[in-house]
Amino acid sequence: MNPSRKRKVRLIVALSAAVVLASALIYTSFSAASPALTPSQLLHEAQPGRTYMLTGTVVAGSVRHDGSVLDFAVRDRGGTAAVPLAYTGTVPDPFKEGREVIVTVEKQGDHYVGERNSLITKCPSKFKTAPPSEKQNF
Amino acid sequence: MAGLGFACLLLALMVCAYGIGASIYGVRAGRPEFSESGRRAVYALAGVLTVAFLVLEVAFLRNDFGFNTVADTSSRTTPTFYRAAAVWSSQEGSLLLWAWLLSLWSSLALFLTRRRMRDVAAYATAVLLGFAGFFVSLMIFYANPFATTRPAPAEGVGLDPLLRFPTMMIHPPMLYSGYTLCTIPLAFGVGALLARRVDADWIKAIRRFAFAGWLFLGAGILLGARWSYSELGWGGYWGWDAVENASLMPWLTATAFLHSLMIQEKRGMLKVWNVSLVLATGTLAIMGTFLVRSGVLNSIHAFGGATLGVPFVCLIGVLIAGSIYLVVSRREMLRSENRLDSLLSRESIFLANNLVLVGLCFVIFWGTYFPLISEAVTGQESSVGPPWFDRYTVPLALVLVLLSGIGPVIAWRRATLANARRNFMIPVAVALIALGGLAAAGIARKPLALAMFCAGAFVLAVVAQEFVRGTRVRKAMAGETAPRALLSLVQRNRRRYGGYIVHVGIAVLFIGVAASSSFQHATELQLRPGQSTKVGAYTLRYVRPTASITPKYDRAHTGSTVALGAEVAVTKGGHRVTTLNPSEGYYSSGEASQGTVGSLIGGQPVSHVSIDGGATRDIWGAIQPNIESGRLKKIVEAGNRTLSPDEAIVAIGLLAREYLKHAPPAQFHFIVSPLVLWIWVGGLIVFLGGLVAAWPAPSLVRAKAAARFRARSSRELARA
Amino acid sequence: MAVLIVIAVFVLIGLIVLVVGTPLRRAALQRAAAAAGGAAPPSGETSEEPLRRAELEAAREAKYREIRDAEMDFRTGKLSEPDYRALDGELRAEALRILDALDELDRASGREGSEQIG
Repeated sequence: MNPSRKRKVRLIVALSAAVVLASALIYTSFSAASPALTPSQLLHEAQPGRTYMLTGTVVAGSVRHDGSVLDFAVRDRGGTAAVPLAYTGTVPDPFKEGREVIVTVEKQGDHYVGERNSLITKCPSKFKTAPPSEKQNF
Repeated sequence: MAGLGFACLLLALMVCAYGIGASIYGVRAGRPEFSESGRRAVYALAGVLTVAFLVLEVAFLRNDFGFNTVADTSSRTTPTFYRAAAVWSSQEGSLLLWAWLLSLWSSLALFLTRRRMRDVAAYATAVLLGFAGFFVSLMIFYANPFATTRPAPAEGVGLDPLLRFPTMMIHPPMLYSGYTLCTIPLAFGVGALLARRVDADWIKAIRRFAFAGWLFLGAGILLGARWSYSELGWGGYWGWDAVENASLMPWLTATAFLHSLMIQEKRGMLKVWNVSLVLATGTLAIMGTFLVRSGVLNSIHAFGGATLGVPFVCLIGVLIAGSIYLVVSRREMLRSENRLDSLLSRESIFLANNLVLVGLCFVIFWGTYFPLISEAVTGQESSVGPPWFDRYTVPLALVLVLLSGIGPVIAWRRATLANARRNFMIPVAVALIALGGLAAAGIARKPLALAMFCAGAFVLAVVAQEFVRGTRVRKAMAGETAPRALLSLVQRNRRRYGGYIVHVGIAVLFIGVAASSSFQHATELQLRPGQSTKVGAYTLRYVRPTASITPKYDRAHTGSTVALGAEVAVTKGGHRVTTLNPSEGYYSSGEASQGTVGSLIGGQPVSHVSIDGGATRDIWGAIQPNIESGRLKKIVEAGNRTLSPDEAIVAIGLLAREYLKHAPPAQFHFIVSPLVLWIWVGGLIVFLGGLVAAWPAPSLVRAKAAARFRARSSRELARA
Repeated sequence: MAVLIVIAVFVLIGLIVLVVGTPLRRAALQRAAAAAGGAAPPSGETSEEPLRRAELEAAREAKYREIRDAEMDFRTGKLSEPDYRALDGELRAEALRILDALDELDRASGREGSEQIG
């Protein structure tokens, strides 16, 4: 095989390998992903055995420590539909009632269990931007 | 004073507009004085933004709460150091920091190239001023750091206690320096394509800028990981969070670029690839900046501020479309001059290294932006977690480490197979011995970690062999003693041996990562004073509660009102190993609704982690005391009812005393991780190796080498 | 206070104009001097030559480095002697091509210089 043919073959082999690997990657990402749902969506759509990423606000008065389990409820950002869940694992420092959280949950029976160490609490919005209409006085 | 700051922003925008116009006109019309004027516009921009930054900095130090940013992020009780650094803890201040750093680094880069690459530099000036103008416009129209409220409030909200750590305050300037330094190669890449000049001189200049970006970005990433581990309450250093990934991606492409640039330098190949890498690095850096402040992806760092999302998306769209157009339209001049001589060459190993790095970047990109991708494709937003990332990045990292050990042994252009085989014998033997030894010690139950250890051992052996051989050669050539020979060997071959040191650092870093993630022992549980638990080979006993009040005695000096914690004794096999002192700091919230006493401790609580670091393992402990327990709550409520704000601190003293006498059970988190220290050591070695590799050789050496060569070549010419 | 700020802003504007305008003023003065002296102002072709020279010098440096790297590779046992000799010869030939191009450039500009003087 002459050199340029060899090079072409090498290129095709390399490209094919890349395409195969990329396809494997893309396929598994869709099957391994957890859909992000709000509490109201979760209450409607959750199927037992699947994991979901629940995003919402911690309901005031719902936080209870029970041994090493943290019980709390998450409600829609702008609504009242709430999902109570039991969570074990690291609780981030910013966690508090009224804060926005993201937690991976799984429906077991008719209650929800938070995946270990999956609780993320968003820092309260420090990056606030002033609305453009605000007047500036010097 | 805010007026001065805002005026500076307006001046800055005008300077940017002028500079862009002057530079482009200067190049197109062949009037070098206009290009020069455009370059000086960058210097002027740096000056103006420095004034603006100083205005804001002074406002913070003087507690001028009329400035909205100062009132939002600082307070009279915030310690001075954190007040100074709070400038960049807000959206507005961080934009100013970004623009200011961009102007400083751009000034330096353009100053260094002021006598060369006139036309390329002129276009680069226009691009950099374009970026600066974009950020300045964001500040003027969306997020003004100099917005004021008069009359000024008496007290500010205070710096979020989560940020009151030195590492956390150095992390943004480092990271932003990295990001802005990555836009400089992009600007010079665009300039080279526009001026149709991608040559050896361009390579020399752009390598320096890309290296600077790589260095600072790497330092920023490592500092962020260190902060996460030693100061956040989860005990991890990398979580595949969107923002962490956003800073890693341009670093990966920059690493690839630094390697493949050498191939272009030697063989005139891979021009399209290199230019694309440079443009990708800059674009990824801008995307990284954007991700933190747009709320587009869910992340710990994702702050609100969706108003900035649209302008950034436009900018990124322009960058991507522009890059593709430029590369495609200039593809004729980017044709390779040569082809790879042989698969057995260092060039081809570099190519493989590039493919792995870009592959890693693609995996991370896909996983990071997957919520957006899945929403676009399926209509349902989904995200992938750390296990998915690990599945693909760990094997790729393994291949990368292996390649970094193979490369040094293969010669440039065309290696001799027999020699290569011979040179691999010792390192492979070392790796096999490591494999056998570790497997016998029971490490085989984690095959990926075992593989990484062996790969690391292989790399260390290769580099050691290279240094030994090189020193021997130097001794033979110059008759120097061994230490002297080693020194002059490195001095005369900085790029090569500096690069080897970087590879050692990477190997050590990955050994640390593999060990600490695969062989960790962690426990979370509730303990009363006197109780103990076992973690790995260690026994940890909650000896007694601790409490410290007033900022003056607060261990970390971060200005907490009171810190409640524990003394934990760590023993192994009956012998005392160390004592941990984790605590939780409680800060003022400034919210009167919580009561006079309640507001003193109602702010963001922050965990102060206690770490006993060692060469073989780290013992990490964190505590979450229960400050809401019955007795403590009663004290707070009684204080709220009976004490005025000035007297409220008395109740805190009672609270602390009560905690010391009757501490309720507290939530503890303990982790024993092997070899964590080596992650930081490895990072430091990478940094030092990079400095060695990039340190410019004294020009005298270069001149002597040139003279010697001319003499030799003319002799040969005469002979021929 | 406001007065101070206004003064400061004007000072800044003045400094900016000074910094940014210096090359423009210099070029204007040069043009005026050349016009007064009667000789033609320096032509634009000189802007091409230094760029080409810089490119060749950078290429030369890179080629020297390659030659030294090849020697290092040989001495540390990565190349056999015949392979090294072949590679070294190739690299030196490539270097000579660059040196020849540089000489060509020198001769061309030398000729230009002498033409202008004469």
